[in-house]
Amino acid sequence: MVNVVATDALRWIVLFPALGFLWNLFLGRRLPGSAKLVGPGVLLAAFVAAVFAVLELHALPEHSALQDVMFPWVHVGTLKVDAAFWLDPLSAVMVLVVTGVGFLIHLYSLGYMAHDPDVPRYFTYLNLFVTAMLILVLADNLLLLFVGWEGVGLCSYLLVGFWWTKDENCTAGKKAMLANRVGDACFLVGLFLLIQFAGTLDWTGLAQQQVDGLRTATLGGWSVPLLVCLLLLIGATGKSAQIPLYVWLPDAMAGPTPVSALIHAATMVTAGVYLTSRLHGLYALAPGALEAVAVVGAVTALFAATIAVAQTDIKKVLAYSTISQLGYMFLGVGVGLPGAAIFHLVTHAFFKGLLFLCAGSVMHAMGGEQDMRRMGGLWRKIPITFATMAVGTLAIAGVPPLSGFWSKDEIIWGAFAGPRAHPLLGVVGYVAAGLTAFYMGRLMCLTFFGSSRVDHHTEEHLHESPPVMTIPLIVLAVLAAVGGWLPVPAVVEQVTGAVHLEHAPLAALAVAVTLAVGGLVLAWGLYVTNPALPDRIAAALGGFYRLVRDKYRIDELYDRIIYRPVLAMADAAAWVVDRTLIDGIVNGVGTFVVSTSGAWRRVQTGNVQHYALSFLAGALALATYYLVG
Amino acid sequence: MTALDVAAFAANWQAALPAIAVVLTAFAVMIVDLLLRDGGRGVLAGVGILGLGAAVAVAVSAWAGDGDPSAFQDMLRADRYGLFFTIVICVSAALTLLMSVEFVREWMLPAGDFYTLVLLSTAGMIFLALANDLIVVFVALETMSVGVYVLSGLLRGDLRSNEASMKYFLLGAFASGFLLYGVAFFYGATGSTQLDVIAEAIARRPLEPFVLLGMAFVLVGFGFKVALIPFQAWTPDVYEGAPTVVTAFMAVAVKAAAFAAFARVFLVGLPELATHWTGLLSVLAALTMTVGNVVAVSQRSVKRMLAYSSIAHAGYALLGLVADSPPGGAALLYYLMVYVFMNVGAFGVLIALGRRGEPNDRLDDLAGVGFRHPLLAFCMTVFLLSLAGVPPMAGFIGKFYLFSAVIDAGHTGLALIAVVNSAISVYYYLGPIVQMYLGEGAGVAAALPARPWLLACIAMALVGTLFLGIFPAGPMQLAAASFGSLR
Repeated sequence: MVNVVATDALRWIVLFPALGFLWNLFLGRRLPGSAKLVGPGVLLAAFVAAVFAVLELHALPEHSALQDVMFPWVHVGTLKVDAAFWLDPLSAVMVLVVTGVGFLIHLYSLGYMAHDPDVPRYFTYLNLFVTAMLILVLADNLLLLFVGWEGVGLCSYLLVGFWWTKDENCTAGKKAMLANRVGDACFLVGLFLLIQFAGTLDWTGLAQQQVDGLRTATLGGWSVPLLVCLLLLIGATGKSAQIPLYVWLPDAMAGPTPVSALIHAATMVTAGVYLTSRLHGLYALAPGALEAVAVVGAVTALFAATIAVAQTDIKKVLAYSTISQLGYMFLGVGVGLPGAAIFHLVTHAFFKGLLFLCAGSVMHAMGGEQDMRRMGGLWRKIPITFATMAVGTLAIAGVPPLSGFWSKDEIIWGAFAGPRAHPLLGVVGYVAAGLTAFYMGRLMCLTFFGSSRVDHHTEEHLHESPPVMTIPLIVLAVLAAVGGWLPVPAVVEQVTGAVHLEHAPLAALAVAVTLAVGGLVLAWGLYVTNPALPDRIAAALGGFYRLVRDKYRIDELYDRIIYRPVLAMADAAAWVVDRTLIDGIVNGVGTFVVSTSGAWRRVQTGNVQHYALSFLAGALALATYYLVG
Repeated sequence: MTALDVAAFAANWQAALPAIAVVLTAFAVMIVDLLLRDGGRGVLAGVGILGLGAAVAVAVSAWAGDGDPSAFQDMLRADRYGLFFTIVICVSAALTLLMSVEFVREWMLPAGDFYTLVLLSTAGMIFLALANDLIVVFVALETMSVGVYVLSGLLRGDLRSNEASMKYFLLGAFASGFLLYGVAFFYGATGSTQLDVIAEAIARRPLEPFVLLGMAFVLVGFGFKVALIPFQAWTPDVYEGAPTVVTAFMAVAVKAAAFAAFARVFLVGLPELATHWTGLLSVLAALTMTVGNVVAVSQRSVKRMLAYSSIAHAGYALLGLVADSPPGGAALLYYLMVYVFMNVGAFGVLIALGRRGEPNDRLDDLAGVGFRHPLLAFCMTVFLLSLAGVPPMAGFIGKFYLFSAVIDAGHTGLALIAVVNSAISVYYYLGPIVQMYLGEGAGVAAALPARPWLLACIAMALVGTLFLGIFPAGPMQLAAASFGSLR
């Protein structure tokens, strides 16, 4: 049993960014300078508040949690849901990542967005996002979590379309919204099923239900826990960009790059991983559910890594890389190691946040250029960006002793030896790891090495970013380097249950290191030593290369089988049902009322004799009604 | 004289005390008016409001106490039901006075006459709410009406005002004739004009046609006062022609008082005949709200639109009587209370937007007001949405209680008609809102005269409309307790 301690320290963590949001919303435009102070400032305050809360939690004995009940929220029948926050080791890890990395990215934004006239609006959205994200990770029940879940989705939409004057940015925002709608609808249905069959939504109540009736409940022949878990998994694939709902994330790169770092790499997209880890007990109830999570994760990890190999847009490579790394996290949860999954989530927040910010710094130097074919040889011009990005690359590739090596290795080894291991999953993990090293090496080589393909005009303006941007890079680079020594798995397993995992044998480590280094070396060989070779290989592969470059044409497939049929149905509904049936009835009633109304106006002659006559007729009618009827 | 007689004597006057306070205030206003030179007529309204406040205070303490309600040989019943209406009526009258101070000055109405007539008419209404005897009902009704007849014609230079007064008087006399005829039938059939005695007599004897005929004629009389179809024809013309403050007074206070007596006569005097009147009343309710709402749709004058809207609302309120149940009665009381605030508010804003010679009461005049007078437009929006029955305004809660009461009483079809009517009403209530915020025009000047009294009235109406909509539980309990005292 969890030792629950009441507190009121948790609301402050959420309150600061919420106040920042309100300030920037109402006063940001009137006091334009203030947004630059308030936006990052409230994040720092939230981080400090989070540290204090975590210290308070740390002082308690093991298996404790802080609970901050603010007010009774939904009390309907037997269902009792409070607006309450919950801090246990799992949410503590998440809160520190969200506020800590969030603060660094806010800081970086000051430099990146310095020339944008719309800074108050930017920080309004960003503060609102952090508010929602903190509600998500601090919620003590699934309903409040869903509030945060929808809130981050909204902010993602707003920030992807931040530069709304360009049509494609708005389209990307809408795509993110719609893909998430599919997932969120499933999430809601799962939530309703839990209300129906478990009668509770808070973490303690759901933990209780694991022992009680929920396990055996069925609905139409289906096991209810399995249904709930699969529905929530679909919800998670939407938010965390997994197959089949990943398609929105690459397009979401249309937003400002710090947004990509914060929302689409470090925090929001990990919400699905957090959800499945949080409900690990529920997933354990449903045979088959964790397997589904593992398969989705492994397939996504491999699939997205292959696409990343053939992309030329620096942010697109990182986007597919994020999808792939999120796949690892799902794989970790699926093989029964939520501790390892959260561990990778943390290190990924460091190194992927770093990589995105570095890509932003490159774009900043290049005047917004994103195509790697027009880069090359940049390492002398922007040395800090290069050095920090190199650290990030080594970390994500899994070169020891950087953080990515430890967390990724734990997941891959878990796929071989964990509680729900399957060797095939491990093999997929290894292949994807090799691909990861290769596409990241390719990115580095194309961007920083080889001969410069930068055009003359841009060449003249190349410059390193200001300190407000490079300092967050350096801090994140240090974290990405040493983050592997954080005891995240042990901390998280206080909540999700301890798992005994043998140490990986030396052979497994050797394979991992070989793949990492081999991928990087291969990239060097192909893109620096023999720059003509890749094109020849691509030509030799022909159709397959084009298929990968075109992202397996999944967007086109969805367009055919989902988008167009739905649109056709909507058109039919609009023309047949809406125009003729509904509008017909509505307009018919309206026309009838208006014409009756007009007729009555003519009856109202204003002549008092007529009125008296109608009066008399009415009186006679009443009298007759009683005397005859 | 024995001690007992003194007690009975005291009880009699105790029951009549709120009305007496109002009458004395009316006299005081007359005297002060004589003493005053020109200007400073706001004092008169102040005196009137103080007197009405005293009446409310007396009524509230009587409501809270548990003395014997019957007085003057049971001709008056100062029960909680009557006292509730006394409070509602006095508050409406006070809001009317508040609304009138600047209006009376700007339109150069005879101030002394105006305030005195409002107060005397209010006294008649209070007696109407307490009356337990058909003769008292008749006298009180006439006291109320005569004052209002004169008030409608108070714009002596305005033909339409004169016409309104004349029409109202002629048709009112016609209706009073029917009412008195009905009272005579009751007396003939039962030997009494006292409501509980009539009820006993009807229960004792087999049903006589005279009783039914009496009921029909009394219904005609009340139907005229609360403007039910087909006795509503006067309403639009009179409401439009009368000075706007008088229109507001008629729409809220007269209606509340008439409904008080209407419900008491039917529920206390004729409970045995409930099967005979609920069916007919439900037909009248359906007709009234449908005609009121449908015709309101095509009005171009906001004042006239509000006149038809008030007809429709009489139809809604009638649902509480049709339900013939404690929840129905409580809903009726609650609704009439709510109606005071939202309707006074709507008329108040209408007055605030106009001035003498430039009434600005046509729909087109409101174009663009939302930007030139954002606060007034906001208030108007709240009042109109409340009238339409949109949450969280009071009108929604009022309709909710009424509709659920008739459904519980088994009149689901009638509730359905009422809901459809509500939907129709949204159309014309949104008309002014659309004009104010989306229309383009310069009907109402950017600068309006300073009118602190009127704004205070609008503010109070706003508070009432929102409060009764957001915290309905407490007031609803009061309404239910008040209705529970009706016997």
